[in-house]
Amino acid sequence: MTSLPHLMSATGITKRFGALVANDHVDLDIAPGEIHALLGENGAGKSTLVKILYGLLQPSEGTLAWRGAPVMLRSPWQARQLGIGMVFQHFSLFEALTVAENVALALDGHESVQAVAARLAQVSSAYGLPLDPAREVWRLSVGERQRIEIVRCLMQSPKLLILDEPTSVLTPQETEGLFATLARIRAEGCSILYISHKLEEVRRICERATILRHGKVIATCDPRHESAASLAQMMVGSKVVPARHDPIKMAGPLRLKVTDLSLASQDPHGTSLKAISLDVRAGEVLGIAGVAGNGQDELFAALSGEVLARNAATITVDGVPAGHSGINLRRRMGGAFVPEERLGHAAAPRLTLSENALAAGHATNGFVRHGFVDKGATLGWVSQVVKAFDVRKGPVDPEARALSGGNLQKFVVGREILRKPGLLVVSQPTWGVDAGAASLIRQALIDLARGGTAVLVISQDLDELFEIADRIAVIFHGELSPAQEAGSLKREAVGLLMGGTGFGKGADVGAERAA
Amino acid sequence: MIRIALEKREDTSPWMSLLSPLVAVALTLVSGAVMFAAMGIDPLKGLGVYFLSPVSDGWALQELAVKATPLVLISVGLSLCYLSNNWNIGAEGQFVTGAICGSWVALASHGAVSGTPYAHLVFPVMMLAAMVGGAAFALIPAVLKTRFSASEILTSLMLVYVAELLLDWLVRGPWRDPKGFNFPQTVMFGPEAQAFRLMADGRVNIGSVIAIIVVVMAGVLMARSLKGFEIRLVGEAPRAARFAGFDDKRLTWAVFAISGALAGLAGIIEVSGTMGQLQPSISPGYGFTAIIVAFLGRLNPVGCLIAGIFLAITFIGGENAQIALRLPLDVTRVFQGMLLFYVLACDAVLNWRISLVSAKGASA
Repeated sequence: MTSLPHLMSATGITKRFGALVANDHVDLDIAPGEIHALLGENGAGKSTLVKILYGLLQPSEGTLAWRGAPVMLRSPWQARQLGIGMVFQHFSLFEALTVAENVALALDGHESVQAVAARLAQVSSAYGLPLDPAREVWRLSVGERQRIEIVRCLMQSPKLLILDEPTSVLTPQETEGLFATLARIRAEGCSILYISHKLEEVRRICERATILRHGKVIATCDPRHESAASLAQMMVGSKVVPARHDPIKMAGPLRLKVTDLSLASQDPHGTSLKAISLDVRAGEVLGIAGVAGNGQDELFAALSGEVLARNAATITVDGVPAGHSGINLRRRMGGAFVPEERLGHAAAPRLTLSENALAAGHATNGFVRHGFVDKGATLGWVSQVVKAFDVRKGPVDPEARALSGGNLQKFVVGREILRKPGLLVVSQPTWGVDAGAASLIRQALIDLARGGTAVLVISQDLDELFEIADRIAVIFHGELSPAQEAGSLKREAVGLLMGGTGFGKGADVGAERAA
Repeated sequence: MIRIALEKREDTSPWMSLLSPLVAVALTLVSGAVMFAAMGIDPLKGLGVYFLSPVSDGWALQELAVKATPLVLISVGLSLCYLSNNWNIGAEGQFVTGAICGSWVALASHGAVSGTPYAHLVFPVMMLAAMVGGAAFALIPAVLKTRFSASEILTSLMLVYVAELLLDWLVRGPWRDPKGFNFPQTVMFGPEAQAFRLMADGRVNIGSVIAIIVVVMAGVLMARSLKGFEIRLVGEAPRAARFAGFDDKRLTWAVFAISGALAGLAGIIEVSGTMGQLQPSISPGYGFTAIIVAFLGRLNPVGCLIAGIFLAITFIGGENAQIALRLPLDVTRVFQGMLLFYVLACDAVLNWRISLVSAKGASA
């Protein structure tokens, strides 16, 4: 082993939130100049650990050492003084301010905005991260916003750069650009802690990996000498079986047809839908890919009926105009819906499972007689869903928030699938869900489609769409590309569409960004 | 430096949420004893006057029912608002508006129907007019909220003063009793326009029965009906409520209308049942005290009944203390304020784990 002291060492880090142990005696050593991967499933404790390393959280037990000397990090300010920079998964930028103003605000010094802008231009060109200091943030793409965060860290000449799931918001092409930048940063002698659950990325760019599962370190290895399958097995703790996906025999009748749907977003920072057309037939899964924030939320709301279309005929379900029908009318027409947010949208956190079953099923499942709720019927329905989808829960009827993410997701997907709907619209079906639950949900979606349901899946996870979708379309700036057969579609082609190349007006935006 | 950290508790036992208001009452009593001692009054005697004399004899118990009735009626309506995240603070104004609208029926029919078969209809029509008036007045902040996103806390509160000034103008101006020696009050209502007394020589009127019926109806609504579920879901998770197909704007109008109607009903029952005429001031702050009742009663209709009776005790105890101990009416307000403070504090301790975190390592 190296005789140099580690740049940063965490020893025996334990962090408890009430009864939950997010980190359980975690050891992590980062050597100078290495790209170190922190690998683990959602909920494995990665984010908690890096928040401790960045001074945002204090450990319940354990110590940190910087270049061999023990340190206490009480705040991010102290971490930045040592030379630790962090790029978060969710950016903290002011939309209405310019790039330079945002950076100046975050720097601890008292430089003028002009001085910051000059330094910013210099740093961004030195690292190949093109940015216009005078542009307002709301005009920028997600990839460009991430660049601001990275440049902001680099301007403080960090010794350790922490990146939390940096590629989850990027197109494949933007990801390549990020990797080139990371190689350059590392060549300057800066260490990088790279948090991810994407195995191929980690194998490509990292020379060491610490793997977390259920808050504990399972292994430390050199990912370049491991296969994706062996890493996955360490991460998940069991073999991951891809969903069984028989080729579609023949598409059935048209179930959902959307024609030229345009809809202004209700959220001032949202994305308006522009002339979206699509159709889903019984028996098939249509996947809609896209980087977050390109109109997925608005599309889901328009399809579910939470937001009504201007013209009833733009959305038809089984040939019947549904654009003016609210969500419960569409449910009675055979529709079923699973929104992206589990807690707060698909389910009310502090209500019980039976009450959450009532929320989604009161119009269709016969839970209500003469305005009064049949509590027994809702409880019976819960036990059916729990049994069919292997939802693990303690008490008979717990509050929704008491379930783990995967189990709650199985419940909110299961309560729709078990109704045997004619049409299912689901957004991010396995977001933040453990691998076992994810594969169960994906298989259930495929099986539902093969049973004669039209299934529409909106997802940011390309791997997921290629695993379950028969056809894939891409949403970008509120426009939807024509759907193409998944079997003959290349990932690169989807990636270009996700970046905007090939869209009518979006084409020049993409070209501008590529330049 | 030491800072206080609040951590959300994951597990709150249902027993604790029942215990919490009892603890709050106990702390109020202890603080009250300290306050009496500081004022040079024997604490036991003070508390006795405040909390025991109102329940000591038949007359006092009747008075208790009369005072508790408006509190219970109003707080049940407010509970529906608060459960659905609609902060109606203006029940006092809706109470006054209901009293005005109901009294209009009494004044318009004054002397015209007594002795005819229509006389029996006067009081029911008064109640109806009061409920419609209270509901319409409560719909103003509701519509301002759904249409313009105006804070209903501010608009409903400010409308209280509008209603009070309207009442003041009416009893000093157009509705003043011409034979009333220039006192600012209306004529005494006719017997057909006065709330039916349950006992010939007693003070308790039909309003107390109505309040109990309202409690039962609201209890069934909240526990069993889809509408009650809708109210809770909109308050808990508005997006989930939209996903369930519930229209939160329409619900906002509905709960404001219901609570306004109940406050208006309380207003006309108070005016026709205990005063028999309109005066410039018709409420010792029932509409505001009912906010305390609603929270002390855990936003539950049966809880509101119990809490309403308890708060009525402080009102009567306060009146008795003015006479027996020569204490100012403000002491009653202090008691009610302490009670709300302790209820909210107990809830905070119940839902959040409070710990002191020393931050001595932090340099700044």
